[in-house]
Amino acid sequence: MRQDHLISATQLSRADIEAVLDRAAEIDADPAAWHGRHSGSILGLCFFEPSTRTRMSFDTAMKRLGGRTTDMGAVESSSVKKGETLADTMRVLEGYADALVLRHPSEGAAAMAAEFVDVPLVNAGDGAGQHPTQTLLDLYTIRENAGLDDITVGIMGDLKYGRTVHSLASALTNFDVRQEFVSPESLRLPRSVRYDLHGSGAQVREHTDLDGVLADLDILYVTRIQRERFPDENEYRKVAGEYRIDAEDLDVAKDSLTVLHPLPRVDEIAPEVDDTRHAKYFEQAHNGVPIRMALLDSLLETDTEGDR
Amino acid sequence: MTDTDRELRVSKIRNGTVIDHLTAGQALNVLALLGIDGSGGETVSVGMNVPSDTLATKDIVKVEDRELSQSEVDVLAVISPEATINIIRDYEVIEKQRIERPESVEGVLSCPNRNCITTGDEPIRTRFAVLEEGLRCHYCDEIVRESEITSHLTVT
Ligand SMILES: [Zn+2]
Repeated sequence: MRQDHLISATQLSRADIEAVLDRAAEIDADPAAWHGRHSGSILGLCFFEPSTRTRMSFDTAMKRLGGRTTDMGAVESSSVKKGETLADTMRVLEGYADALVLRHPSEGAAAMAAEFVDVPLVNAGDGAGQHPTQTLLDLYTIRENAGLDDITVGIMGDLKYGRTVHSLASALTNFDVRQEFVSPESLRLPRSVRYDLHGSGAQVREHTDLDGVLADLDILYVTRIQRERFPDENEYRKVAGEYRIDAEDLDVAKDSLTVLHPLPRVDEIAPEVDDTRHAKYFEQAHNGVPIRMALLDSLLETDTEGDR
Repeated sequence: MTDTDRELRVSKIRNGTVIDHLTAGQALNVLALLGIDGSGGETVSVGMNVPSDTLATKDIVKVEDRELSQSEVDVLAVISPEATINIIRDYEVIEKQRIERPESVEGVLSCPNRNCITTGDEPIRTRFAVLEEGLRCHYCDEIVRESEITSHLTVT
């Protein structure tokens, strides 16, 4: 496999992460300097499930670098609907673009696709698996607000199916971070993520209740608990209500606590929290563009060098 | 006299494979692994919970006219690390193989994660990394513990 595919956060070292974050900071400081840097390059957007934000964020990032994007469009109207394999689709699309972004509903889709293409491939979410570019922008936001060492990060919500959580948890093991996971028993971290956390010697604890840990946190990363995970609507309401925060809940938190969320949120963060100093989730979403610009810039740069 | 000799005397096969020293209870899983359900007409002898010198009890499987592929041997090594494989030609053991735990198992087991890309019609072989106490899907990262392997993984 090429070294310049980005499939899983587990492949990222501290140095890899810092390189992307530093480049994103340079872009943030002087966006105009990066315009036109990749004019002539085309990024292929392969979204096998809808994701307006992630798709637009990659699209914007590429255009801000002066490049263009080509979009395979909705799956409903494509040959995928006719039963073409992902491997075939990707082998065709790699001929159209200098790099590909893949969002797919099945776990392992990006790892498989990477075996079939020679252009850099970025995983933009594979089922309940991984979402490494979200993690890079999460880390960027965490670094801006709290630094990345000697901090305590609480991650709350659906830890089982939340791919952003899986990627973030493994990336954080590169730093001196205490991780406090808060979820209902039925939505605990999957075995594979716990295995990696344990293997890396990370400082990790699991809780079913936020109360005991909130006061210690520098970062609280909230994710949505999806209704469809519960067979029974009442069961969902009971659980979801307990993993919801409002402004009053945050009274016990540190003044410097930063609340993050990969968005979209439903009601797990009350709107009144938006007006507190803690809320940084919109800033976090905006960071998606410079982060993806930084990532694409380094992938396309490596690729050009490789061709010479 | 070794216990293998004694077993062979009970029901000798002319050509084929004797899988001996299987962890008790694994014989039927091994048949499943080899894709043997009797419908293919193979001559198969199975001993279950047979007293053993080295293990308290063991299972034993003898299959006429069949040798094992490397990937089958690899899976066998995971579900029954103590197993031995004897290849028989003309009633004689011509090769006695002690199996080794592989680093990965390819193409014989299917991933229990129903949402894994390998469960679709993609042109790839399944691949599992062998961990200390289980297997991990190379594609979706799903981990299957050793004790669950035979109930959670299906042989392709
Ligand atoms: Zn899998």
